[in-house]
Amino acid sequence: MNALDLARWQFAITTVYHFLFVPITIGLTALIAVMQTFWHRGGDERWLRLTKFFGKLFMINFALGLVTGIVQEFQFGMNWSLYSRFVGDIFGAPLAFEALLAFFLESTFLGLWIFGWDRLPKRIHLASIWLVHLGTVFSAFFILAANSFMQNPVGYTFNPKTNRAELSDFLAVLTNEVQLVTFPHVLMGAYMTAGGFLMGIALYHLRRQALDHGPDVSMYRKAVRLGAIVSLAASLGVIVSGDIQGKVMTTYQPMKMAAAEALYETRSNAPFSVLTIGGLDGASARPVIEVPGLLSFLGTGSFGGEIKGINDLQAAYAGKYGSAELTQSASYVPTIWLTYWNFRLMMGAGFVTMFFAALALWKTRGDGVVTGGMWKHIAIWTPLLPVFANSFGWIFTEVGRQPWIVNGMMTTASGVSSTVGASSVLISMVIFTLLYGALAVVEVKLLLRYIKPGAVPVAAPIEPADRKDDAPLVFAY
Amino acid sequence: MTDLSALQLVWFILIAVLWIGYLTLEGFDFGVGMLLPILGRAKTTDPTDIADAERRKRVMLNTIGPVWDGNEVWVLTAGGATFAAFPQWYATLFSGFYLALALILVALILRGMGLDYRHKVNDDTWRKRWDLAITGGSFLAALLWGVGLTNIVYGTPIKPNPAVAGDYIFDGTLLTLLGPVPVLGGLTFVALFLTHGAFFIALKTDGPIRHDARALGIRAGLVSAVLAVALLLLIGLKHGSLVFWIGTAVAAIALLAGIAMAAKAREGWAFIGTFAAIAFAVVAYFGALFPNAMPSTFGDADSLTLAAASSTPTTLTIMTWAAAIFTPIVLVYTGWTYWVFRKRLAVHHIPEPVAIH
Ligand code: HDD
Ligand code: HEM
Ligand code: HEM
Repeated sequence: MNALDLARWQFAITTVYHFLFVPITIGLTALIAVMQTFWHRGGDERWLRLTKFFGKLFMINFALGLVTGIVQEFQFGMNWSLYSRFVGDIFGAPLAFEALLAFFLESTFLGLWIFGWDRLPKRIHLASIWLVHLGTVFSAFFILAANSFMQNPVGYTFNPKTNRAELSDFLAVLTNEVQLVTFPHVLMGAYMTAGGFLMGIALYHLRRQALDHGPDVSMYRKAVRLGAIVSLAASLGVIVSGDIQGKVMTTYQPMKMAAAEALYETRSNAPFSVLTIGGLDGASARPVIEVPGLLSFLGTGSFGGEIKGINDLQAAYAGKYGSAELTQSASYVPTIWLTYWNFRLMMGAGFVTMFFAALALWKTRGDGVVTGGMWKHIAIWTPLLPVFANSFGWIFTEVGRQPWIVNGMMTTASGVSSTVGASSVLISMVIFTLLYGALAVVEVKLLLRYIKPGAVPVAAPIEPADRKDDAPLVFAY
Repeated sequence: MTDLSALQLVWFILIAVLWIGYLTLEGFDFGVGMLLPILGRAKTTDPTDIADAERRKRVMLNTIGPVWDGNEVWVLTAGGATFAAFPQWYATLFSGFYLALALILVALILRGMGLDYRHKVNDDTWRKRWDLAITGGSFLAALLWGVGLTNIVYGTPIKPNPAVAGDYIFDGTLLTLLGPVPVLGGLTFVALFLTHGAFFIALKTDGPIRHDARALGIRAGLVSAVLAVALLLLIGLKHGSLVFWIGTAVAAIALLAGIAMAAKAREGWAFIGTFAAIAFAVVAYFGALFPNAMPSTFGDADSLTLAAASSTPTTLTIMTWAAAIFTPIVLVYTGWTYWVFRKRLAVHHIPEPVAIH
């Protein structure tokens, strides 16, 4: 493998890893804020217990999102220096905005929330967690604006004197048509993920309590229902925004749409295959269950619409881009099996989660509880499936963009660092992979340990005015 | 003279400000991390001594608990701002210092995980491992930031990339970065942050640990004064400028004044002293760097200048507006956080460990 392949692997591994924790952070801060608000408004102690319980789980998760994010921030310059120099004038600003507007807000108010239970007036303490959530939303917005530029570059002009792309319209970058659909899709995906997290863990405890006739059935039922409602509502948001994304994608990245279906020949009324047996090379494929016209509908909004095939697009791109240094590539076709299967896995995982959420809502209506053995499995899979769906979605989006690092402007091969040798990348990749692997083991074990005891009773928070100066801290490292 | 525009100058200064923010704030976090095994050592193997040492460690960790993550964001902002305002600087620096940065990242990851996870399980082995991560991570990060920043200022083998117009490349390896002056820079950072951390602990705690920290800070301060003077003279001989010498002079005075104040048990002033010493050392560094982003050891013609590294006036203008509006807001809520957690901590504030084994 050369430095380019290694850099791609390193970027893929570290980014997918970062994004395992990100959606939980984004969504769970909102859910914790909601639960704390319920407690603040109604004084129901069950919501306080749930707030503290999921607060602990959230902090275990957040630690990893935080430390892996730092790697991301540095990686563009480390592995993609020619890319960074070529688009830095446009691409750097969203990253700087993200740090200034989002990361400070997130980390400062999270510190206040964690350590502030007995230091801040109740309202301000509650406001802190809402501000943390706001920070995560800002963070998502700016980083996705940067990513959307790579999918569909806008608001720039090429300057031959400096030999780089330069910003001409920042507002256009922030309101990129791709960004306007990606941001809601990713945000909804995050709410869906956190909803699943809440629902799954609460389901596990609800079932145990119901079987043992424990005292906390009603508390966990509330949590299950909150998680299920959020997950269900967000999944509708994911579907609607995903459908619009399909159309935007067909407009700006038709190759990605063709690759999503392994559609080689241009056609109208293009079908969507739920599964395919055999190769995806266009010759030996045998689709199983084809829905006529569905791909056309996803891509154009009409069942009869025309979807360009891979062969036509490849020929057109070879003519259009084949001669310039930054854009020439032996092939303009992404890795089809990855796009094809990840697209289906993303949607599939989403639909299954949705189904579980609906089922749980139905079962817990009134005084309903869950007891069957099947629910043990559902409790395990609802937190995991949306996390996977997010990874599948990103792998689809990013692999589907290849060979481009910036669509139609620069190939990934011409963006790689100019001087970093393969051995350097290999060393750092091995280190990060081993470290990340070890941390994943520690985090999962820790999460399980904290999930087991459940939302144990907690002492009522003390107003800062009533706190004695020499009293022990309520929360301490 | 240089053909630098006012906006470019503003952004050079702002990036210096971000580094000042990072090193003055995260500097004491690193110091606290490094002091953990020193100020938190059990005097005997007696169980009560061991239990007391553990409580002292937790006092130290809790002084930075609510703020360290926010402090770290300063370097993320510095990175993002460098990317946006001087893309070529970001590209050359981060790809050139590749393995050194990878090591810094590992150090920051280990330290961060240690701070977040250490208290989560009540088990001695668990705590010991994360202590190692916190202390080792803090030390390595402090050392490598010192080595890295000193390299930037002192000069590295940078040259224009013959293959890509406008690109600059670093023509060296990890070993290139380990010259004597940069290594001295690394050690100076470690000593300074130790001092800074010790004065921070003296300011934020009460009981025996407060006095131990102050005494240790004075000794570490004297060592860092010697190292810093040697380092800054070596840099000044090569790259001295007016701003550099002013920064150096103020930093030296501030450090000595801080030590003197500590000797008089004026902990607030002692901390302000090391704070100002670090801040003005950064001023000196950036004063020596100007008007380059990365001076080249191949000669001036090959240096990456700020003007060549910079982004367009359009981007710089947008960034200036953002900085003008949001930096004050950030400063206000950050300052407020320190005020909320202003009370000194002592061992009796430390609760029992969490019940999870
Ligand atoms: C859609 C959302 C999203 C995406 C696509 C990314 N991140 Fe992220 N990132 C977050 C959403 C987020 C977050 C929710 O804001 C995190 C997760 C955990 C956390 O601490 O904040 C975070 C943390 C986080 C941090 C630590 C912040 C701190 O210290 O508080 C950094 C430096 C980055 N990210 C940088 C990046 C970069 C450079 C990415 C691009 C490759 C990236 N993230 C992808
Ligand atoms: C957090 C969610 C994300 C995930 C899971 C993700 C996933 C991936 C994957 C799997 C690749 C490898 C594709 C390939 O090489 O075939 C990749 C490449 C890349 N992505 Fe993303 N990505 C994410 C977000 C982003 C964002 C927000 C940006 C920019 C702001 C970005 C920039 C890049 C770059 C520069 C590459 C390098 C090209 C390459 O490796 O081929 N990614 N990403
Ligand atoms: C049936 C419903 C879904 C549809 C129709 C859909 C559609 C899409 C499309 C078309 C893209 C590619 C956008 C592009 O590259 O331009 C995409 C990407 C993505 N999807 Fe989905 N999706 C669905 C479900 C989900 C679910 C359930 C999740 C996660 C919980 C999810 C998470 C993502 C993510 C993280 C990306 C990558 C970022 C982006 O480009 O938006 N999707 N989705």
